[in-house]
Amino acid sequence: MKFSARSLFANALSGHQNWPEQFPNKEPKKEYDVVIVGAGGHGLGAAYYLANKYGITNVAVVEKGWLGGGNTGRNTTIIRSNYLFDESAGIYDHAVDLWDGLSQELNYNVMFSKRGVLMLAHNVHDVQSFQRHVHANRLNGVDNKWLSPEECQKVVPILDISQNRRFPVMGGAFQQRAGVARHDSVAWGYARAASKLGVDIIQQCKVIGIRRGADGAVEGVETEKGYIGAKKIGVSAAGNSSVVMDMAGLRFPLESYPLQALVSEPVKPIVPCVIMSNAVHAYISQSDKGELVIGAGTDQYTSYSQRGALHLVEHNIMSICEIFPIFKRMRMLRNWGGIVDVTPDRSPIVGKTPVPGLYVNCGWGTGGFKATPGAADMLAYTIAHDAPHKINAPFNLDRFVGGRLIDEAAAAAVAH
Amino acid sequence: MMLIHCPYCDEKRPEIEFAYAGEAHIARPDAAEQQEMSDAQWSEFLFIRDNKRGEHCERWWHANGCNMFFNAVRNTVTDKFVKTYKMGQKRPSASQISKWNEGGNV
Repeated sequence: MKFSARSLFANALSGHQNWPEQFPNKEPKKEYDVVIVGAGGHGLGAAYYLANKYGITNVAVVEKGWLGGGNTGRNTTIIRSNYLFDESAGIYDHAVDLWDGLSQELNYNVMFSKRGVLMLAHNVHDVQSFQRHVHANRLNGVDNKWLSPEECQKVVPILDISQNRRFPVMGGAFQQRAGVARHDSVAWGYARAASKLGVDIIQQCKVIGIRRGADGAVEGVETEKGYIGAKKIGVSAAGNSSVVMDMAGLRFPLESYPLQALVSEPVKPIVPCVIMSNAVHAYISQSDKGELVIGAGTDQYTSYSQRGALHLVEHNIMSICEIFPIFKRMRMLRNWGGIVDVTPDRSPIVGKTPVPGLYVNCGWGTGGFKATPGAADMLAYTIAHDAPHKINAPFNLDRFVGGRLIDEAAAAAVAH
Repeated sequence: MMLIHCPYCDEKRPEIEFAYAGEAHIARPDAAEQQEMSDAQWSEFLFIRDNKRGEHCERWWHANGCNMFFNAVRNTVTDKFVKTYKMGQKRPSASQISKWNEGGNV
């Protein structure tokens, strides 16, 4: 059924007791044209675009846990595309373009709110590097502009711009088109739209092996629910990408780290946009419920534990209170960790692998949520055409041999 | 916060004294080997990592302590340190690691 004012009204008459289920939980068929490993936003999105844009509807998404329970449910929901390099501008801005119409396209409110992202500059180096980002972005057609301290304060009234602070605000780069979205809705919206087009979503079905034929090409996946044949396999497994690729005998340039975030008790609106500070090292936004959503960098050691060390959280909150002393007496409600797969150049790997029929979308590190629609579309395109789109072609695996890295690690943002 | 045993200090110290320093036992190729190495071999040395679930051999640095580097076996699913050992000691075998596991914590 279609969500609309009419269906809302009709269901209100029966006390909201008769809403149909949004997508069925399927048991696996014997074989599919494409099996996607991982039902997060990226994987479900890829299945949706395969069915909707590229005409492949015999698709299954297999997930070891529950839908959207990995990093899709463990991030800070920030969406932006103000990256330095041309390749990054291409893929992240493609995602923002898709975010723009996503609620209408999926008939599901993903609550994309273009409230803007403000990156604060606290020293001369910040000012120079952010202005360089602004210029590079504008040349690439990506919205970003430089704000003076007074203009920053106009956007964020609680910002102290006095210049005698330890970290004075010397200006900021502001991307108005950036913002936040509702993470669960993204997974549910894609799942509902994809399953309407015939995609099977199979939860609690861990992949334990990838079967390959005599020619080396993939034949299917071994799962906890038995063998599922697949002409093509797309892996979108975030922190566990190394583990899944290992099943196909591939070693990847990835390391998995915990990334923590936390939310406060809900308060009235006070943080009007996303505010990031690389020098002080934290970022903050406010959810529609009123909670402050706070994050910073990854933990220092590799781990699959989905939790991190407390001293990182302390450091994170210290940084937020340094920028906004007004939050010193806020109480924190929840804190969590997701496992992010980080590449040596902090740019993703989206494309083909040395194994015929096996495609990968990984290495998004700490910045995967913002890219959800773009990454999903590019993975779907690559699977459908057995060749990458020009947007994701630079994000290949070969760059770690050839040397053409897309080094956002050096270019950007600590909180990347 | 984890307590980590430094094999040089022979003491368990809080995690904030230490810095993680990546996968252990990746030997830098010597000058002669470097002359012969292909791009793929360089890539393997520079970028490719085990990144496995389970017992992982890794380097730690007692940065705010004795300042020594040492190696450790840590379970990446539970974050439990199985054993820490001095630099220069060989990578422990799987059977050695399971023996350590049975023996309890370091």
